[in-house]
Amino acid sequence: MKLLKYSIFIFYLLSFNLIGAENIDLHKKITKSLRCLICQGQSVYDSDSEFANSIKVLVDRKLKEGQNENEIYDYLKDKYGEWILYDPKFNENTYFLWLLPVLIFIIGGAILFKSFIIKRN
Amino acid sequence: MKIKILSSFLVIVFLLIFIVFYKGLKNSNIYTPDVDIEKDIPFFKAQFFNSSNQIKSVNIFTDDNFYIVNIWSSWCVPCREEHSFLVKLKKYKNLKIIGINYKDNLDNAKIFLNELSDPYDTIILDQDGTIAIEWGAYGVPETFIINKKKIIKKIIGPINEINFLEIKEIIQ
Repeated sequence: MKLLKYSIFIFYLLSFNLIGAENIDLHKKITKSLRCLICQGQSVYDSDSEFANSIKVLVDRKLKEGQNENEIYDYLKDKYGEWILYDPKFNENTYFLWLLPVLIFIIGGAILFKSFIIKRN
Repeated sequence: MKIKILSSFLVIVFLLIFIVFYKGLKNSNIYTPDVDIEKDIPFFKAQFFNSSNQIKSVNIFTDDNFYIVNIWSSWCVPCREEHSFLVKLKKYKNLKIIGINYKDNLDNAKIFLNELSDPYDTIILDQDGTIAIEWGAYGVPETFIINKKKIIKKIIGPINEINFLEIKEIIQ
């Protein structure tokens, strides 16, 4: 009977920890993809400024409220603008940014293909 | 002929890319936030500075008058600089000054207000900095000017002589 009690207790502890760890991972992921706006070149995760610490507290609270990653990003984007996100979204301002590598790849491929064909002929 | 077209096309593409990047090089990479914004007042709940009661943001901004929201702290040196301007703004009857006490020690904040006088109509507490984030603030000091329940301007950093004159002009 005692053993059963202990095993239930241990099981409870383990499962409790697991939930916490998941949230910590997500918390880490979110704060790593947010830019600390008052410290150049650092993410919120890396920074220890007052601003970054407040964002960490806020992300923690929002996760506990049950909000998902994108909801938190949208919330912060609404407050601070696109710049707070490290990963720029695909919109009319960033078409060039996202499509340039693809374009260069296609042009390069075309050149290679053409020169091979010309050589073979 | 085909090779000529191809090579001239390549040159044009490279020129285009060069121009874009060269122009990009001259852009400032220091982030400058927008200060002339028109946004709604955020919704939040906070504790009063001198009592343990809670207040909702809708109960602070009740009428269409002018409000100034000032985020301050006793440990913040620029807040001391701007404080005299807030005291001067206090005498305008159509303006209410709301203070947000940011990550502060209560005793130090009280000493700060006793020393430099208290211009605020209401002060609320922000112990963990999350209310400042609701406002989209970067740190202390920061000031928001509100009219007809919209944020019409924000001042990042201490209020200076120029900002003071601007505020006076807006509220008159």
